[in-house]
Amino acid sequence: MKTNKFWPWLIFILGAAYFIIPLLATFIFSLRMRRDALSFDAYVSVFSDPKFFATFGYSLVVGVFTIIVGVLVVVPAVYFVRLRMPWLKPIMEFTTLLPLMIPALVLVYGYIRLYGSSSLIPFTGSVLGTDILLTCAYVMLALPYMYRAVDNGMRTIDIGTLTEAAQIAGANQVQIIGQIILPNILVAILSGAFLTFAIVIGEFTIASLLARPAFGPYLVGIGTNRAYEPAALAIISFVITWGAMGMINVLGRFAPRTSARNT
Amino acid sequence: MTDTASQPTQRRRIPWDALAIAPFVIFAVMFLVLPTISLIGGAFTDRAGNFTFENIGGLFTPQILNAYWISIRVSGASAILGALIGLAITLAIIRGKLPAPLRSAVMTFSGVASNFAGVPLAFAFIASLGRIGLVTIILRDVFGLDLYRAGFSLFSFWGLTLTYLYFQIPLMMLTIAPAIDGLKKEWNEAAQMLGASQWQFWRYVGLPILWPSVLGTLSLLFANAFGAIATAWALTGSNLNIVTVLLYNQIRGDALQNPGLGAALALGMIVITSLANIIYLFVAQRAERWMK
Repeated sequence: MKTNKFWPWLIFILGAAYFIIPLLATFIFSLRMRRDALSFDAYVSVFSDPKFFATFGYSLVVGVFTIIVGVLVVVPAVYFVRLRMPWLKPIMEFTTLLPLMIPALVLVYGYIRLYGSSSLIPFTGSVLGTDILLTCAYVMLALPYMYRAVDNGMRTIDIGTLTEAAQIAGANQVQIIGQIILPNILVAILSGAFLTFAIVIGEFTIASLLARPAFGPYLVGIGTNRAYEPAALAIISFVITWGAMGMINVLGRFAPRTSARNT
Repeated sequence: MTDTASQPTQRRRIPWDALAIAPFVIFAVMFLVLPTISLIGGAFTDRAGNFTFENIGGLFTPQILNAYWISIRVSGASAILGALIGLAITLAIIRGKLPAPLRSAVMTFSGVASNFAGVPLAFAFIASLGRIGLVTIILRDVFGLDLYRAGFSLFSFWGLTLTYLYFQIPLMMLTIAPAIDGLKKEWNEAAQMLGASQWQFWRYVGLPILWPSVLGTLSLLFANAFGAIATAWALTGSNLNIVTVLLYNQIRGDALQNPGLGAALALGMIVITSLANIIYLFVAQRAERWMK
């Protein structure tokens, strides 16, 4: 039985063209800042702008806090629901899908109305409060991905047996989560973390509505004022995203599998 | 939300269960449930704080209806095209017997491309297909095809759809690949032994099995595009009057000059994405019943 390979190849090549041509064109475009020759002038210009590092650094810090808060919120909840309250799992799964269904723009509108400076919990009343609100908004934005990463991690280890063994050895609940479960799902958590990072680092909508000096709003500002720098920034962003995703792939090879059930 | 704290287990003194899921519950209530309720409340409240349907009625102006309609069209077109093209590429790679290393390379790339959204994506398409974009220039100078004279514009409905496909197609590929892996090779062989052609196999076996997964992803893609704003904002500014851009302007500077109307606008968005999901659940249920 011979299968014709012509169509698969044609579809693949057309698809690849759609994805590669814009990247290639953007890269070449970013090299054309100097009139007579290809150069990296646009990149030099980007990297010599102190605001680039200031905003990128800000988003980086917010991203790190987003990951920490996300792990603290998700890991204990997934662990206990899996171990003792499996009937809660469908509700939890539905909840973590909601941020994909309710647009981030709508949620942030709700935050601004609810946590404005004259409200009961005035997050937006101070700079620190706004930073905290931004972090929480990002945790919500990344929740579907963090939840799925952690849930997949816990599925591949046998948390029931690990917990019983630790309890027999005299460990308390904090020790069990911190010293037994967490190290075993570290790879899963890290993939969730890198995915969170990829989402948060260039986020524009929430940061700009909360008026924080993040990387996303900075990018938009450059886009309206410059011609070649945006192309260079697009390439830089692509490389950053690629780096984050590449880390997830690399980490996947170190995932522990203590369970016989390999789903 | 859920209330497990009220059922203490007698053996343990510290209610670990409740403590452990408390952060999650508090988070979900504070940053998901309450904001949504506040918007629903705001949509039915007038300036003086009284109950009203006026805000909802206020949505039915040509400007706002048009914004919803453009958003629905862009999201629908990019979701349907993304799903079809993504399905075709994934089938070609997994079932078309292309070299195995190609598959892992393509899937890794899909992971990157599905996250390469927002502002940088808009920049990449401006640099390629904008008025002075490289692809535009090459098509004009080398092939004699002037896209913009032919009526194309990156800052239009089709331009935005074409740009959205850059993250919609990979998202489809990533979500549908496991379902395609689930199609057993034996089914194809059995169908062939019974004399079915490739076309008949896909028409009567393959696609009916994939159908619910395709529909599920379709609703995800729709919501994904419907809520997107960064790409559109960086690409077109306020040129293209989609509903997210309208709401963004409303949040930033009360562009509609009526907070209640803004809340109604947001509520309308939630209703539309929910409807997309309800339609999906309904059709998926029917599709499953049909399969039995």
